[in-house]
Amino acid sequence: MLVIRRDLVEELVAHARRDHPREACGQLLGPEESDRPERYVPMTNADDADARGSDYRFDSREQFAVYKEATQRDEETVVVFHSHTRVPRRPLTDTGLPEAYPSVKDIEFMGLQPGVHFAIVAITGPDSPYDLRSFLLDDAGEVVEDEVQVVENYMFSHTGAGDVPDRS
Amino acid sequence: MSATVSIPTILRTHTGGEKQVKAEGSTLQEVISDLDANHPGIKDRLVTDGALHRFVNVYVNDEDVRFAGGLDAQVPDNGTVTILPAVAGGR
Repeated sequence: MLVIRRDLVEELVAHARRDHPREACGQLLGPEESDRPERYVPMTNADDADARGSDYRFDSREQFAVYKEATQRDEETVVVFHSHTRVPRRPLTDTGLPEAYPSVKDIEFMGLQPGVHFAIVAITGPDSPYDLRSFLLDDAGEVVEDEVQVVENYMFSHTGAGDVPDRS
Repeated sequence: MSATVSIPTILRTHTGGEKQVKAEGSTLQEVISDLDANHPGIKDRLVTDGALHRFVNVYVNDEDVRFAGGLDAQVPDNGTVTILPAVAGGR
C-alpha cells in the first residue's frame, strides 16, 4: 500500500497537467526505509525518442544531483512518478482516461528498483479529470497493484484502517 | 589505485548487502573487473556486449561516464564510482 499525503498528490497532478501532452516524471523522497514520501522532486524528462513525448527518462546528471543530496539527508526514493497522457497506442478506460497501468517498458525499468512504488497519473488534457494508481513488482517480477491511501498527514496513518474502531 | 563503489539496492545481493565496497583499477573497465572478481556476477549486471547496460547509470566522481568515455573513463585514486538504476518508461 502507498500511503501518501494529499498535498503531494496535488503536486504530482499539477506537474502532469503542466507538462501535458509530454509525460511528466519525478520522484518522492522520504527518510530511509520509512516507506513514507515526504517531498516531491520534479525531474526533467530527458527522453527525446518520441516527439509526442510519450516516453520518459530521468536526466542522468540531475538524477545524480538529487541522489547525492538525498543521501546526505538520509533520504531515499520512495516513489517514482510519471504521467500517462493520451497517445494513439494507449487504450482508454471506461472513464475515458488513458490507462494508468505500467507499459512493457515501464515494467522492465521497475525491476531495477525493488520496493519502490511506481505511481502513474493518467490525464487527457491540462484540465481533465485524473486517475492515480500505484504499482509494485512482486518477488516473481509480476506487477501488482499497490492500493493508494491518500491522507491529510501521516500522524495516524500507521495504524491502518482495520486496527482501530471507527468513531461513531 | 583504489575507488569506493556505491552499490544500488538491486545489486546488493552480490555484495552481501554492502552499500559501498572498494575496488581497484584506473579505468571503469578495470574497476568493474575487480568488482566482479570479489563479487561474482556483478559485471553481467552492468555490462553487455562490451558496453554499459542501458538499465544502469554509472558516475565517476560527479560525472555520468556516458559523457566521459564510458568503460574507458578514468577513475582517479580515491575516486568514487556510483551506480544508479536508470529510470525510464513509456511506450
